[in-house]
Amino acid sequence: MIKAENLSKSFGAKRAVDGVSFEVGKGEVLGFLGPNGAGKSTTMRMITGFIPPSGGSISVCGHDVLTDPIPAKRKMGYLPEAAPSYTDMTVLSFLRFAAEIRGLRGEDRRKAVRRVVDMCYLEPVLNQTIDTLSKGFRHRTCFAQAVIHDPDVLIMDEPTDGLDPNQKHEVRGLIRRMGENKAIIFSTHILEEVEAACTRAIIIDRGRIVANGTPEELKARSERAGAVLAKLGGAGVQAVQDGLARNPIVRRSEILASERRWVVVRAYPQKSTPDGTLAAAVAELAMRENWKIEELLIEEGRLDDVFRSLTWSETPAAGEATREAATA
Amino acid sequence: MNGWSVIASIAKRELAAYFQSPVAYVFLVIFLLLAGFFTFTFGGFFERGEASLAAFFNWVPWLFLFLVPAVGMRLWSEERRLGTLELLLTMPVTNWQAILGKFLASWLFLAIALALTFPLIVTVNWLGDPDNGVIASGYFGAALLAGAYLAISSMTSAMTRNQVIAFIIAVVLCLVLILAGFSPVTDMVSRWASPWLVEAVTRFSVLTHYDGFQRGVIDTRDLAYFLSLMAFSLFATGVIIRSHRAG
Repeated sequence: MIKAENLSKSFGAKRAVDGVSFEVGKGEVLGFLGPNGAGKSTTMRMITGFIPPSGGSISVCGHDVLTDPIPAKRKMGYLPEAAPSYTDMTVLSFLRFAAEIRGLRGEDRRKAVRRVVDMCYLEPVLNQTIDTLSKGFRHRTCFAQAVIHDPDVLIMDEPTDGLDPNQKHEVRGLIRRMGENKAIIFSTHILEEVEAACTRAIIIDRGRIVANGTPEELKARSERAGAVLAKLGGAGVQAVQDGLARNPIVRRSEILASERRWVVVRAYPQKSTPDGTLAAAVAELAMRENWKIEELLIEEGRLDDVFRSLTWSETPAAGEATREAATA
Repeated sequence: MNGWSVIASIAKRELAAYFQSPVAYVFLVIFLLLAGFFTFTFGGFFERGEASLAAFFNWVPWLFLFLVPAVGMRLWSEERRLGTLELLLTMPVTNWQAILGKFLASWLFLAIALALTFPLIVTVNWLGDPDNGVIASGYFGAALLAGAYLAISSMTSAMTRNQVIAFIIAVVLCLVLILAGFSPVTDMVSRWASPWLVEAVTRFSVLTHYDGFQRGVIDTRDLAYFLSLMAFSLFATGVIIRSHRAG
C-alpha cells in the first residue's frame, strides 16, 4: 500500500536521503531503525507529503503523493516526531477539528471522536486545554488525531519517545493490533520495540537502506546468530578449548566463565554450517569427554549487534540531526 | 468534501483559537479604547461640528498599523514554532486552503473588532443626521485596509518562527505603504522629485485608495488595489511556505 522508489532528498549540499526504495503491504508493520540524523524523519515527511523529495516517487494506496496528494493524504494518518498539537485547544475541540478536516461530520464525527477517546484513554482530560496535559496525554492526543479516520496507512515518527515503560508497552500493543489490517511504518531507536511490534525492519544509515528484512532475518546477520552456548559440568578450560578447536565446523570459541567444576563456553560456527550441527557436535564432544551438559542453547543473534555493525557511529551524524531539526 | 468546507473548518478552528486565548479580548479592549481615545481627542469628534465618522476613520490606518500585524504575526510562525504546520499540511488540505482559511479567520476577527465600534454610529445618528451611506463605505474601506495589512502580516509571519520579527517587518512594510501617500512625506519628496514620480509612488499608497471610501466613493480601481495587494501577499505566503518545505 506504500511504495517508495529511489527516494532522495538533499538539503543544500547534504544528501539526507539517498536512493531509498521499499514497499509496505496491508498487514505489515515496518520498523525504521537508524541512528539520529540517518534520514528516518526526512523519509517519513516525504511519504506524508510534508516535504517534496528531490528525486524518486512515492505512492500511497495507488495515489502518487507528489502529483495527487489529497487522496493519498486522506488514506494516511501521521504522528509527527514530538507529537505536536494546538496547545491552546481542548482535547475534545482538537479531535473534533481533526475529524472535521478528514471529512467526518455529524454523527460520524461524534463516533470517530468517541472511538479514539476510548482507544487512547483520553476521557479524563477531554475538556482540558492541551498545554495543561502531561507528556503522555499530549502524545496520546496526537496519536488519536492520527487514527481518527481509521486510516489504511499509518506513519509514526518515534511513537514511544518520551513515554514511560507502561505507556510504551501499551503503544506497542496498539501498533501490533492495528497492524493486522493496516500498513504501518514507525521509526524508533529502541531495538526491542522492533522485535515486539514489527513484521519487518529497515535499517537506515546516512540516508541509505543498509538492511531490510524480518527481525529474525536481521538477527541472523549478527555474528552471534547460530552460536552455541554451553555450560559443561566437570570440564576443564583447556580441554574444552582444545576439543572444540579440533572440530572443523567451529570457527572459534570463547570461554565466558569458568569455575572449578564447570565451564561456560560459546562456540561460533563456520559460515554455511547447517542449523543444529554445531549443537550436536558440542553435545557429542561432551559425551565423549564425559562432561555433564548443564545448559545448551543456540543463540538467535542480537539486533543491536547488527545495528552497530551496519551503522555509522553517532558522533559525526549529530550535526545532521540538528540540521534536520532546523529545517522542520 | 469540497474545498470550501475544508477552508471553513480551518477558519473555524483559527477563529476559535483567538477566543480560547486571552489575546482576542486584550486586542478588542485595546482597539476599542484606542479608537475611542483618538476619535474624541486628536480626531476632534465634537469640534468638527459635523455628523460624520471622519474623526474615527482618519485614525484607522494608524491604529491598524500596529494592531493588525499584532493579530497576523502568529498566523504561521506559531504553527511552525509548535510544529503543527507539519500536522496541518499532512492532513488532506492544500496550501491554498490552509492559507485562505487562516487569513479569512483573522480577517473576520478584525471585522468583529470594527463592528464593535458601533456605538460611534449610534452616537452620530443620535447627535445629528449623518450620511449613513458614507459611513458604510467608510467601514467597507477600513475592512479592506485591515485585509491588506493582514495579508502582509501573513506573509511576514510565514518567513520566521519568531513572532516579534514577523510583527516588526509587517509594521515596517505597512508603514511604507502609508507613508507613500502621507501628505507631509509626499510634499517633502515633491520638492526634489519629478511630479510624475511622486504621483506614481502615491498610487502605491494605501491612504490614496483608502480616502475614496471615506468620501463615500467605491471606485473599482481602489477595490482592485486592495484585492490585488491581498492576493499578492497571500500568494507570497504560499511561495514562502512551499520553499520552507522544500528545504
